[in-house]
Amino acid sequence: MEVKLRIFRYNPEVDKKPHYENYTVEAELTDQVLDLLNKVKWDQDGTLSYRRSCAHGICGSDAMRINGVNRLACKVLVRDVGTNITVEPILGLPVIKDLIVDMEPFFEHYRSIQPYLINDEPPPVRERLQSQEQRVRFDDTTKCILCAACTTSCPSFWASGEYVGPAAIVQAHRFIFDSRDHGAAERLKILNDRMGIWRCHDIYNCTDACPREIEVTKALGEVKVAIATGKVD
Amino acid sequence: MRHQYEVVIVGAGGAGLMAALYASKTAKTAVLSKLYPVRSHTGTAQGGVGAALGNLEEDKPEWHTFDTVKGSDYLGDQDSIEFMCQEAVPTVYELEHMGLPFDRTPEGRIAQRPFGGHTNNVSGKPVRRACYAADRTGHMILQTLYQQCIKNKVKFFDEFQVLDVLIENGVAAGVVAAELLTGEIHVFHAKSIIFATGGWGRVWEITSNAHSYTGDGVAITMRRGIPAQDMEFFQFHPTGIYKMGILITEGVRGEGGVLINDEGERFMDRYAPTVKDLASRDVVSRAMYLEMRDGRGINGRRFLYLDVRPDTVNKFAALDGKTRPDGRPYQVTGDEILSKLPDIIDFCRTYLAVDPITQPMPVQPTAHYGMGGIPTNMFGEVVKDEKNTVLPGLYAAGEVACVSVHGANRLGTNSLLDIIVFGKQAGIKAAEYASGASFPSLPKDADGFLLQQLESLRGEKSTVKVSDIRREMQEVMMADVGVFRTEEGMAKALQKVRELKEQFKEVRVEDQGKVFNTDLYEAWELGCLLDVAEVTAVSALERKESRGAHAREDYPKRLDDEWLKHTLATLKPEGVDLKYKPVTLTRFEPKERVY
Repeated sequence: MEVKLRIFRYNPEVDKKPHYENYTVEAELTDQVLDLLNKVKWDQDGTLSYRRSCAHGICGSDAMRINGVNRLACKVLVRDVGTNITVEPILGLPVIKDLIVDMEPFFEHYRSIQPYLINDEPPPVRERLQSQEQRVRFDDTTKCILCAACTTSCPSFWASGEYVGPAAIVQAHRFIFDSRDHGAAERLKILNDRMGIWRCHDIYNCTDACPREIEVTKALGEVKVAIATGKVD
Repeated sequence: MRHQYEVVIVGAGGAGLMAALYASKTAKTAVLSKLYPVRSHTGTAQGGVGAALGNLEEDKPEWHTFDTVKGSDYLGDQDSIEFMCQEAVPTVYELEHMGLPFDRTPEGRIAQRPFGGHTNNVSGKPVRRACYAADRTGHMILQTLYQQCIKNKVKFFDEFQVLDVLIENGVAAGVVAAELLTGEIHVFHAKSIIFATGGWGRVWEITSNAHSYTGDGVAITMRRGIPAQDMEFFQFHPTGIYKMGILITEGVRGEGGVLINDEGERFMDRYAPTVKDLASRDVVSRAMYLEMRDGRGINGRRFLYLDVRPDTVNKFAALDGKTRPDGRPYQVTGDEILSKLPDIIDFCRTYLAVDPITQPMPVQPTAHYGMGGIPTNMFGEVVKDEKNTVLPGLYAAGEVACVSVHGANRLGTNSLLDIIVFGKQAGIKAAEYASGASFPSLPKDADGFLLQQLESLRGEKSTVKVSDIRREMQEVMMADVGVFRTEEGMAKALQKVRELKEQFKEVRVEDQGKVFNTDLYEAWELGCLLDVAEVTAVSALERKESRGAHAREDYPKRLDDEWLKHTLATLKPEGVDLKYKPVTLTRFEPKERVY
């Protein structure tokens, strides 16, 4: 079948402002949107630029706006979105070229929440013990691949790029609720900031956008409760 | 632009990050990666990391050592294998201490599952040795190591693609890299350089590997005269999603899943009567090919079923007399399967619209892992000849390196083990060397060789396309340098690859810009793939025996008298020069390999 693609294009070395280009490619229902972009790049226009690597939804390189919602190009198939597809860069981060955005502000927010285990006690020779119940408590947020689909779907982040954003809070959640970690109080203090978690207004775009099916809004809710009550459980 | 660091690490997957954590303790260290570190291919590893912790049943590093030697079809160096399997235990604990969220046993210890080729050496039955975090163990290793790098303020140059290595007066002196954002060429002057750039599965048509797995490290070092070791051994993982190649972890079979042919038969019974579906990967992939060749693919087509439906699992578990650690019969529910294999279930639902809890998965062997690579010793030091002479200042670790611990066939879970054990060694040794060395002199024309390569890809428009050459290479390598090989097929493939190399000289990219010129670097990567494909085909043609992943129909037996040796292939202008070096044997005399 024929698929019509409308793709956001911007080359900073040539273009004064962005524009859209139309392409038609032969495709099957099971083709990924990433396959379609590859067909354009390989057979029609080598200058089309985007990030990609693993091509099965794990590396997190190819988060894009596909027909107006944030998705990984390798996790959306033609059968999911039909034969007229608009592809644009994710919003809220500066566009560098075509579908490539500057990820630095995103990773800066990630680094700000101390995304590493904090525990200064000398470890035992073998593993630290953790019950299956304690382990399940933070399982959902360990799935995050830092693709930025959630953060760049959030209207609060669009309004201010200083907002730490859902991805960073998901990463904080992964440690706050880990029984081995001792840094919860510090992280909750960071997230209680003016540009912290209270910018989240339960819009749920993030949950819809997450390609890993993390219940993002729920995780943020648990962090809010922890700040409000001063208790982590 | 010029930079100076004592240690430069190329690649930021598990091996590169582990090396960075150790090197940066004492040396001024930089990590260069063409991807953001968290995009690295380590993240896609699923089933587990092997270590004889014995958390669920008796196990010991000695058994792990023997299983790995046997799995390697006796081509692995036994001193290095023993070192890796001993180090496995403390290094996995180290990951846990860093915060890695392993699944847990009821006692709160690290959970472990069975995997192909890992056995209780007394009973011969599968042993629970793979330490896992659901079916995203690689993701958790990558995330945890990156987290530690942030904590320890490791210096990263993200999206810097390394394109050349500088060796001056026989000593490593630096690397040349392109900054993808600006197109600027940077020279990194260094005392120690660690290559941790991963594999080259994109040489083949059906692969589990990322688009970025293009063999850069092997190609770059070969172009500077360093040999590539054992390149004829490339692993085809038995269970890739049909046509797409996406990996379905061996953990599925570890949890009781079985392979089924068109007659509804669990055919691994016939090929590996003791461990059946949990035989080594090369054994299972060959069995699948033979089933399909004899017309027992599903509906006569080129795939088989991997069946993890609870009814199927329970039926065969009962037949095998399989039990839980506490002695109860092994019986599973759909929920248990879902909780242990969530990502696999998601892949199948997303890409196949198949729900593995109620439907079997269509699978075929997929190009997965390079056992060969840049030759090193067990300290990560690159060795440049058949006498194992160390090249001062140059190191390699992870899939790009060939220690060799995997020999002719790698066991599942041993790649994640390899990256953490030898990434650490390389980091320690590189920093030690740097502390006692001064900066070597840089060649005058440091970026000259690279600029010449890039220049030849720019210029007047041409009709020769990167995508056409790449596809033709992938097809011929899949057909003729794949699971089964013959003299005739490989000779044809080699000729084709050489023709494609000639055509590649005519490639001119469309994008003439500087900013994120992915067109240019994709073309350069194809050049790497072609060099790797050529060396693979030449090494394979010459090895006239069958061993591990190298299975020849015209030489079906392993021939230890003649071929118990490592291949060293050197790229020369006139072709590929082959030399050989002995395998290190310690305690295990080669014997016939049956599962």
